[in-house]
Amino acid sequence: MAEILQIDRIRCNGHGLCAELLPELISLDDWGYPIIKPGNVPPSVVEHARRAVDACPVLALRLARTAALVAL
Amino acid sequence: MPTLSSSALIAELEASGLLGRGGAGFPVGRKWRAVAERAGGGAVVLANGAEGEPLSLKDRSLMAARPHLVIDGALLAARAVGANDIIFYVGSEHRTAEAALRRALAERPGDVRGRARIVAAPAGYVAGEESAAVHYVNAGDARPTTTPPRPFERGVGGRPTLVQNVESLALAALIARRGHAWYQGLGHGRARGIGLLTVSGAVNHAGVHEVELGSTLSDAAAAAGGLNGDVGAVLLGGYFGGWADLHEQWGLPLDAPSMRARGLALGCGVVHFLPSDTCGVEATSRVMTYLASQSARQCGPCVFGLSAIAGATQRLAAQSPQPGDLDRLVRWSGQVTGRGACHHPDGAAALMNSALQVFADDFAGHQHRRCLTIAEPARVAVA
Ligand SMILES: Cc1cc2nc3c(=O)[nH]c(=O)nc-3n(C[C@H](O)[C@H](O)[C@H](O)COP(=O)(O)O)c2cc1C
Ligand code: SF4
Ligand code: SF4
Repeated sequence: MAEILQIDRIRCNGHGLCAELLPELISLDDWGYPIIKPGNVPPSVVEHARRAVDACPVLALRLARTAALVAL
Repeated sequence: MPTLSSSALIAELEASGLLGRGGAGFPVGRKWRAVAERAGGGAVVLANGAEGEPLSLKDRSLMAARPHLVIDGALLAARAVGANDIIFYVGSEHRTAEAALRRALAERPGDVRGRARIVAAPAGYVAGEESAAVHYVNAGDARPTTTPPRPFERGVGGRPTLVQNVESLALAALIARRGHAWYQGLGHGRARGIGLLTVSGAVNHAGVHEVELGSTLSDAAAAAGGLNGDVGAVLLGGYFGGWADLHEQWGLPLDAPSMRARGLALGCGVVHFLPSDTCGVEATSRVMTYLASQSARQCGPCVFGLSAIAGATQRLAAQSPQPGDLDRLVRWSGQVTGRGACHHPDGAAALMNSALQVFADDFAGHQHRRCLTIAEPARVAVA
């Protein structure tokens, strides 16, 4: 099943580690906070994405299955 | 009150096409259905009367003038979604409204009084955001929380919670009484229904006016006693809405779907006519400064982004910009959208983007230290 990257904006404190580990999908804004490329995580970078998720020091980043998202 | 069954009530609302009036314009019936299906009896209704929007008066006026109608709507919602508890979340500055609701509740039977309570919402723009409201009721902290879970999944006391604007609830009560056909029979053009507007700025009688949806901007000005001077731009939907060029949009139908199709928003029904002798850069700077000050200071892009945007608009308004401030505003407004735990930065960025379009010449002028509105700084002769 397709996965997307989600970020807990309240937790994230702009370490920027994720952008280093996953430059394919994450860039940083002018203040050092991550900008995530929209859309599903391509299979080719899922492993990198997992590494970035594990490396985030405050557990702000996660991979979520797209089917779990509710529109309301 | 009529006693339609829960599912008949929801069907009636869905057929009416009623859209939420707290800002986002989500279909009310669909939301009730979602909560009802999820709750299985243990839901909570949170009637949102926080009304933190500085240019809006319609919720406090409604609660003050028709408290029983708001209560009826909340009771219907409670029946429809299967809720035992009802919370009226009322902005703490809206004293008259709160007193009226309190009096009206006291006139209700004991079983209603026992299930309903009033919670004073702290002042501030973000306190009315749905997860902030739930957070405040749960823990006394009116800052938004990370979603999911959204309030309809896990809200007050961990229970599925219907957060609904008080005007939406009042209209739901009228639709339950009179039927969806009554509501569908109102409105102009393709728009259906009625709504409250708060009209302010360069008009003769600023205040709250009920209109049929699809009424034009020109009708809104007329309802407020007409314009009292030259107007070039109008702020629609409040601080989360956007600026529009009045000459282009004079015939604009005030109705959420029609406005969305034109890249505008009805939001909470604010219509503010900006006098031509007020500089759009200056007006935008004041709005952005306020919105930046209202960040709940939890999410980096909102905290730093909005204050950077506000700072640049202030420098531009004062005609002392840094080189590249205008380009930075464009980039920053793009960067903060969708990057907060709540929609606060999105609303602020939308307002900023609309200002950059409608006041494009003014912003360009200010980047070159020149104001087009007040070409000569006003010199007041002092006798
Ligand atoms: C920053 C922010 C502030 C808000 N303030 C209010 C408010 O004061 N009153 C309100 O009814 N909705 C407010 N909302 C919208 C609520 O989150 C919610 O969508 C609304 O109460 C739902 O009711 P409705 O569907 O009837 O519009 C706000 C949203 C945001 C993002
Ligand atoms: S590593 Fe974690 S805390 Fe650091 S920027 Fe990325 S998401 Fe935010
Ligand atoms: S986006 Fe802004 S207002 Fe919303 S929770 Fe984050 S810091 Fe608070």
